[in-house]
Amino acid sequence: MSAMSPLHFKENAIKALADTELQRALGNMREGFIERRTKAVERLPEFDALRDKAKEIKDHVLGQLDLYLEAFEKNVVANGGTVHWAKDAAQARDIILNICRLVGAETVTKGKSMVGEEIAINPFLEANGIRPIETDLGEYIIQLRDEAPSHIIAPAIHVNMEQIADAFRLHHRDLAPERPLTDRAALLNEARRALRERFLEADVGITGANFLVAETGSTIIVTNEGNGDLTQTLPRIHIVLAGIEKMVPNLDDVATLIRVLARSATGQEMSVYTTISTGPRRPGDLDGPEQFHVVLLDNGRSKLIGTEFQEVLRCIRCGACLNHCPVYGSVGGHAYGSVYPGPIGKVLTPALVGLEQARDLPNASTFCGRCEEVCPVRIPLPKMMRHWREQEFAMRLTPQRVRRALRLFAFVAAQLPTLYHFGARLAMWWLYRRGKKGGGRLTKLPYGEGWTRFRDFPAPEGKTFQSQWRGPRRHRRSAA
Amino acid sequence: MTARPQNPSVGLFVTCLVDLFRPSVGFAAVKLLEAAGCRVAVPRAQTCCGQPAYNSGDKADARRLARRVIVAFRHFDYVVVPSGSCGGMIKAHYPEALADDPKWLPRAEALAAKTYELVAFLHDVMGARSVKAKFDGIAAYHDSCASLREMNVRAQPRALLASVAGLSLRELPGRDVCCGFGGTFCVKYPEISNHMVADKCREIAESGADAVLAGDLGCLMNIAGKLLRDGRAIRAYHVAEVLAGVEAAPIGRRLAEGEEATA
Repeated sequence: MSAMSPLHFKENAIKALADTELQRALGNMREGFIERRTKAVERLPEFDALRDKAKEIKDHVLGQLDLYLEAFEKNVVANGGTVHWAKDAAQARDIILNICRLVGAETVTKGKSMVGEEIAINPFLEANGIRPIETDLGEYIIQLRDEAPSHIIAPAIHVNMEQIADAFRLHHRDLAPERPLTDRAALLNEARRALRERFLEADVGITGANFLVAETGSTIIVTNEGNGDLTQTLPRIHIVLAGIEKMVPNLDDVATLIRVLARSATGQEMSVYTTISTGPRRPGDLDGPEQFHVVLLDNGRSKLIGTEFQEVLRCIRCGACLNHCPVYGSVGGHAYGSVYPGPIGKVLTPALVGLEQARDLPNASTFCGRCEEVCPVRIPLPKMMRHWREQEFAMRLTPQRVRRALRLFAFVAAQLPTLYHFGARLAMWWLYRRGKKGGGRLTKLPYGEGWTRFRDFPAPEGKTFQSQWRGPRRHRRSAA
Repeated sequence: MTARPQNPSVGLFVTCLVDLFRPSVGFAAVKLLEAAGCRVAVPRAQTCCGQPAYNSGDKADARRLARRVIVAFRHFDYVVVPSGSCGGMIKAHYPEALADDPKWLPRAEALAAKTYELVAFLHDVMGARSVKAKFDGIAAYHDSCASLREMNVRAQPRALLASVAGLSLRELPGRDVCCGFGGTFCVKYPEISNHMVADKCREIAESGADAVLAGDLGCLMNIAGKLLRDGRAIRAYHVAEVLAGVEAAPIGRRLAEGEEATA
């Protein structure tokens, strides 16, 4: 596995580009997700209006998040549950460990949770003698492979079927060697068989939440496998782990958000399961946990409120920005070395781990704008990456060579246009002469190795436009 | 559409890349604008729109350059740019960069309101529906990201290219996907940029096109550079050159000796 730090983005990206299996997987992913989303959007003429409404709902909540969080806590308590406030990842881990210890938990099943990744709960529980078991199929596969998710909704998107079969054969001791694991159904059945036992033996179930509903004190998850339901109803204790920005005023608002979520994520109209959890089992209920805990994680989120990054808290983690990002599509999720990859990760990661640790992420974008174009809650992701670059420049994290070149160019261009035009004419003439030998192109360029390693550099035509435009009429190469 | 303006004054923001590398695009733009009935001027005070500084986080320098462009172009009826990227900088990002400057924001907004990408201007404002030009070949049209998403350019170049004699147009399957240029991105992350432009060139070749056209010289230099390196015979031109029917060597190539242009 490549080094999991955004500090190694460049090296990781180069490795990822050379990984043929990964490239094949990414090729499939791009086509599948994008086509399905396009079709789903075409089928719903009011999709763009719904996006506006979804954005409005999230903006409204973020404008008074404190009030909604308090209301949510009050209603969770009224339903018989408990809310725990975690300032950072360490606090969240401790809270969860304490709950597990109080009930003597040995095994914990987990629904898919990006916040779980964010606080790195699995290694922490393991280190404390508690066995966490992922129950989402993709998460389960990468847990067996000891990897991090490479996509926020399709964590094992980088793994092929053969690799899955290998992981099962290695870890499922009771799997007969002669049983074929060559098609999807066989793999699915094998995972189901192994996981079913785990569901039954778990003492605690941890899930994430797609939405926290203030009005009812409910938490909501959407899944396609139903594993979330089993994770939260079979064990005695259900712990919900969620970021504070998942708050939504009421169930009507959830309905709006759900309509844009699945369409943006997988192109489904709705995910297969939408599970609403409201407190522990009540007297007379047929199932449900004895205890219901909600761990609300801040971890840097509240300090984004009121800043130029506030809008990123609207994110509903659909993954559409990853699916449509040409950089993500080139290097995959692991290269980012961050819990959240792709465009959303480029904006969120510097806020979570510090810009010094993640300088490359907001820079590794062409600002093509496709992420913003598909975002269901219209987060201006490129603009926010630019805000990070501004902070980087202000903090002097940009390499000095680059800073100086930029500033010198800008100074001459802004203050000394005559020098600019003169210098440009000389430089272009020189490049033109050099390019002449190569038939109009240069294969090597001083300071331009990044370009010419992979591409030729088209030589200039010779004289600049300005010098011809201003020259005597006969030199004006009128196109007529 | 509002009434077609009569003989408007147009300031051509020629862009650094066109000024330096491909003057024939500037002359093609002038020819097209004059043919559409515009009075064209090219202020000498223009240098760079400030996008490299702005996208590198150097907001102070970007603002300085923006103010310079605002002053240089304030008197024209329209500002026309043969690039979606530089046009987008003026139209979308000047007001954003100067948002907290009460003196300059209204000026930036006034400039933004009259700034257009060249082909969109010809089509949407001047009402051009056809051109008199000839081009022998099968051309793939590459939408630049900024043209597509900041300047609302998609149908206009296709509509005008449809009137070019001899030209047949091919659509690329990934027509809304970036070519990997991205300004400084292409040299900061050359491996990723290369992967993206390699995909793009493969698509262009698979489309059966023998030429690629686009409205942004940045994308074109990237794509042409990759096509040349890969030894593909596909020619690259700015869309304005084809619409204006100018005789120029494809980007990154030279006409045979004797045919050589003024330089």
